Amino acid sequence: MPPLAIRAFTATSALGRGLDAHRRALREGRSGLRRNDFGAQPLDCWIGRVDGVEDEALPAEWSQWECRNNRLAWIALQQDGVLDAVRNAIAQYGAERVAVVIGTSTSSIGATEEAYTRLITDADGTPNFPADLQRPIIHTVHSPGDFVQHATGARGPAVTVATACSSSAKVFAQAARLIEAGLADAAIVGGVDTLCGSVIYGFNSLQLVSKNPCKPFDATRDGLSLGEAGGFAVVERAQDGDVGLQLRGYGESSDAHHMSAPHPEGLGAQFAMRDALARGGVDASDVGYLNLHGTATPANDRAESLAVKAMFPDTLHASSTKAYTGHTLGAAGIVESVIALLALESGELPGTLGASTPDAICGPQIRFASTAQAIRYAMNNSFGFGGNNCSLLFGRSA
Amino acid sequence: MTLTATIEGIGFWAPGVPSWEAALALVRDGTRVDNAPSRPSPQLLPPNERRRAPDSVAVALDVALAASTAAARDPKTLPSVFASMHGDLAITDYMCATLASQPDAVSPIKFHNSVHNAAAGYWTIGAGAMVPATSLSAYDATFAQALIEACVQLATGAEAVLLVAFDAASTGPLAKVQPSAGLLGGALVLSRGDRGPRLSLSLGDGTVGEPAGALASCAPHNAMRPMLPLFDALAAGKPHCTLRAGPGRVLDVEILHG
Repeated sequence: MPPLAIRAFTATSALGRGLDAHRRALREGRSGLRRNDFGAQPLDCWIGRVDGVEDEALPAEWSQWECRNNRLAWIALQQDGVLDAVRNAIAQYGAERVAVVIGTSTSSIGATEEAYTRLITDADGTPNFPADLQRPIIHTVHSPGDFVQHATGARGPAVTVATACSSSAKVFAQAARLIEAGLADAAIVGGVDTLCGSVIYGFNSLQLVSKNPCKPFDATRDGLSLGEAGGFAVVERAQDGDVGLQLRGYGESSDAHHMSAPHPEGLGAQFAMRDALARGGVDASDVGYLNLHGTATPANDRAESLAVKAMFPDTLHASSTKAYTGHTLGAAGIVESVIALLALESGELPGTLGASTPDAICGPQIRFASTAQAIRYAMNNSFGFGGNNCSLLFGRSA
Repeated sequence: MTLTATIEGIGFWAPGVPSWEAALALVRDGTRVDNAPSRPSPQLLPPNERRRAPDSVAVALDVALAASTAAARDPKTLPSVFASMHGDLAITDYMCATLASQPDAVSPIKFHNSVHNAAAGYWTIGAGAMVPATSLSAYDATFAQALIEACVQLATGAEAVLLVAFDAASTGPLAKVQPSAGLLGGALVLSRGDRGPRLSLSLGDGTVGEPAGALASCAPHNAMRPMLPLFDALAAGKPHCTLRAGPGRVLDVEILHG
């Protein structure tokens, strides 16, 4: 594929707002997880919560989109020059040539959940949403895509990808295709997902939530810690002589196995990774860092470790950063792509925070300790319900 | 910038119009199917799952299989784009009502069916398709944006792509804020080949009114009705239609009938 230049990128998660906060926490090995304090009667577990979201209303001009998820989108959009990069792209190419591709899993369903706790019964006994929540755009999947489109002024193709936890990785693939096919010259990609009852109690119903901070790839891992995050990147066709970070490949696949359990040998995961490498024309041995999906559930980590063992030499440094941020669901793709990009930029390769007891199933690629080593390529895996997989390959142009 | 695609197969389901053949008959001479089923029975799923599948999944899988069969393509070879404005609003209503009353009683199956890509997931599992699948929404521009993505996949290397669009009925208090009635589904197998109607798409400025064709009259309140101008044009042999493509944006579709 033609490489895509990454003109700006950012993440906001439980580790803080923007790239510096993420660099610092990763360097210090500091988790953003805390005991669950979300909701009226918090479930006994740990979460990755973004501080201050509830205190920062959207600017009045965007009040139609007001909700926790779009607030987090707005906070994330304002970090690390993303809005400037979008403005530059619009100035250079025209608003009609700048696409918006945003990923989410639960969108702003937290607002819909809130409406159901505050229903107003009218004279004939019918329950209605309270007046302040009678805004259709916050009770539907496209809420974050629509918000970002309006907040940035981009007028190219605009869409919200909703493939559960692979969503905001797949946005890079979709944007790359839109640009390659000539439908856009640049795109703002990314994703946002916020804590809400649906995911906390939903994953709890599947018995996938740990009572403790998650321990990805640890032999005693017993489930995930949920988190929230938002992140964005501005991408465009790379020019000759470009210097900087690039998307070099993407791979997408399906497990064709089960709605909420991975293919036991990670076959779909292998297809996604192989396709990303093939599209980039890069050998597996040239990848220096792989940010694993690594949710810390027994089955997911087992399948992914088998896929990695089958594909990569022992020299690969692979880690899960879920114990830093929590599993940020539809935002995991962008947050962990940002972490992979930081590793590519600095050569500081994060370890697997939270893990201490190696699991015999894992190959030597899966590292618990962080290290420093210049690398040529970094990869990110994001896998979702429905057996939906996406792997992204990032490189650097000298 | 113009995108192109050939339509190799079509699937369709609306209340009283349970197949593309039924749609053609309705548009041709107003013929309606007697005793049409109230819900599709997606043959791709095992019989026990067929009954339990959410309405959204049932209609999506029914039209997807019909389009694949019409195209004589093996479903497991087709990358897919699933388009739904809302996913499954009845499940959203269930989740929110349960969370408001007894959160620890959320059903695990309802939860995993609540993801927007549930239909895509059941499709890939049923078809044994390990190829890429996506699921997207663009509010009332969902169909046009999904059609763009499917054609963009063709333009960047895919030989054939399955596009599946659907929405189901909303229920409970949510239905007043997000009204959607009945079940509606449409699917197209799009390819780079030349056997079938040829589509040429271009994105521009403008607005599109409510769909007004014969098929539109069968599902006037379903959230996926913005797809109906294309299906009406295909059924009636019209050379052109326009689709909502976002705020102030339209997708112009030229159709060269084969």
